[in-house]
Amino acid sequence: MTKNLNPVSALAGLAMFFLLWQVAAWLIHRAILPGPVTVLPVFFRAFAGELGLHFLASAGRVLAAVFLAVVTAVPLGLILGQAPRLDRVFAPLVAILYPIPKIVFLPVIYVLMGITDVSKVLLIALIIFFQILVVVRDEAAGLHPELILSVRSLGAGRRALFRYVYLPAALPAVLTALRVSVGTAIAVLFITEQSLTRHGLGYYIVVETYQVLLYPEMYAGILAMSLLGLAIYFVLFRFEVRLTRHVRLAEG
Amino acid sequence: MTAMAAMIEVDRLTFAYGGRPALFEGFSLIVAQGEALAVIGPSGCGKSTLLYLLAGLKPPQSGQIRILGEPLRRPRPRTGLILQDHGLLPWATLRENARLGARIRNFYGPDGRHAPQNGLDRAAALARVDGWLERLGILEYANQYPSQLSRGQRQRAAIARTLSLEPDLLLMDEPFSALDAPTRADLLEVIGRAGPAAGLTRVLVTHDIEEAVLFGRKILVLKRGVNREALVLAGEPAEGRAERDTEARAALRARLLGLLEVGP
Repeated sequence: MTKNLNPVSALAGLAMFFLLWQVAAWLIHRAILPGPVTVLPVFFRAFAGELGLHFLASAGRVLAAVFLAVVTAVPLGLILGQAPRLDRVFAPLVAILYPIPKIVFLPVIYVLMGITDVSKVLLIALIIFFQILVVVRDEAAGLHPELILSVRSLGAGRRALFRYVYLPAALPAVLTALRVSVGTAIAVLFITEQSLTRHGLGYYIVVETYQVLLYPEMYAGILAMSLLGLAIYFVLFRFEVRLTRHVRLAEG
Repeated sequence: MTAMAAMIEVDRLTFAYGGRPALFEGFSLIVAQGEALAVIGPSGCGKSTLLYLLAGLKPPQSGQIRILGEPLRRPRPRTGLILQDHGLLPWATLRENARLGARIRNFYGPDGRHAPQNGLDRAAALARVDGWLERLGILEYANQYPSQLSRGQRQRAAIARTLSLEPDLLLMDEPFSALDAPTRADLLEVIGRAGPAAGLTRVLVTHDIEEAVLFGRKILVLKRGVNREALVLAGEPAEGRAERDTEARAALRARLLGLLEVGP
């Protein structure tokens, strides 16, 4: 679906989205669903002010979580992928932990880590961590042993192997995993921001607008959150496209 | 040292994969500088393993391998290794792949541990790569990815990558077995030409009698089970394609066939 996404089709999609939204608003005709005609001016005004700050707070949390997950899951995945014996020990554990919805650990993390930004970031990182761990492990395990041997024969030690083989082999998979898990990550972010903080889009949407019946402002928050998800998704997608040129050329 | 100094000395080598019977036990072998040695044997006889041992990619359990008198502990900069396939990075273009050796040396320059001791110039090595791509007839594909090219073209890139580093020892593991006959003959000639002029010592692992006969001035025959002694036959590699079928060569073929089918 993202395959044929160019600026023109992106604009067309956006236009269709706003049109459907406006039609739905006319049909339902209640305060809970204002149309884009009402919401967009509010959005632009709010985004230049308070909403923008909440947006930055949320973006900061997601990016910190992504960073934390990547720097821990990539090396661990590479180690597991290249050490079959170690992987056999840990594979059952990973298989059990992987599908657990990590949001259930929210209270545990709050109690253990305190109600701070760190605990929110940690929870989101936990979700992304397992996604990346699994793909990087499988990617590293799938590398042909002859490839490793031949690069080692060129004089590559551990560092050079990492730089020239493992990292480029795993990077596209890391980006795919991130792209797929970023939706879940933002959903969880929304939940964690609804309480016990004064910053973030979740707080803005639920506490600052919804609970005081400021519906157009609430939709401005929802738009901002969608924008956050979209922006991260497309940045990741662009990188992925650039890094997987060789795959598409082989198919085409 | 004598005029024909030893390139490779394998001294009472013992090697087994974990939990399996030994492939080599007290195995010794000497390969002279500039030699063309073919290694032939049935699958599972340890011929690829011997090559990886010579490349310094696997440590022997006991015994020692010396290259030019130096005990081998890790891959040495002037040993080149060419494998059957899968040697190229799929995400890098042909040129990037061919430059990989020079770039890795660059990467390792400061710590010096793997940096070439013979003063091999890295910038010069990078520049040499395109020359080799041209000589092997694949310069026009330099910006394509391995998956876009034929096996023969990929193998040429692997050869360019290795030869641009100016090795004095070239180890090849069935480099031609996945190729069609004409391509194989072409590349065999490329490797053959690269030999005597540069004083390059070459070891070719193959399961193909014809390849061994055409390539090897010496032919090492390995057997399934433990290899304790090196059985080395004298070969006479073809100078040109015309003299492929001499009587001596026919006899050698028959002898190899007998050795490989019955097994010593």
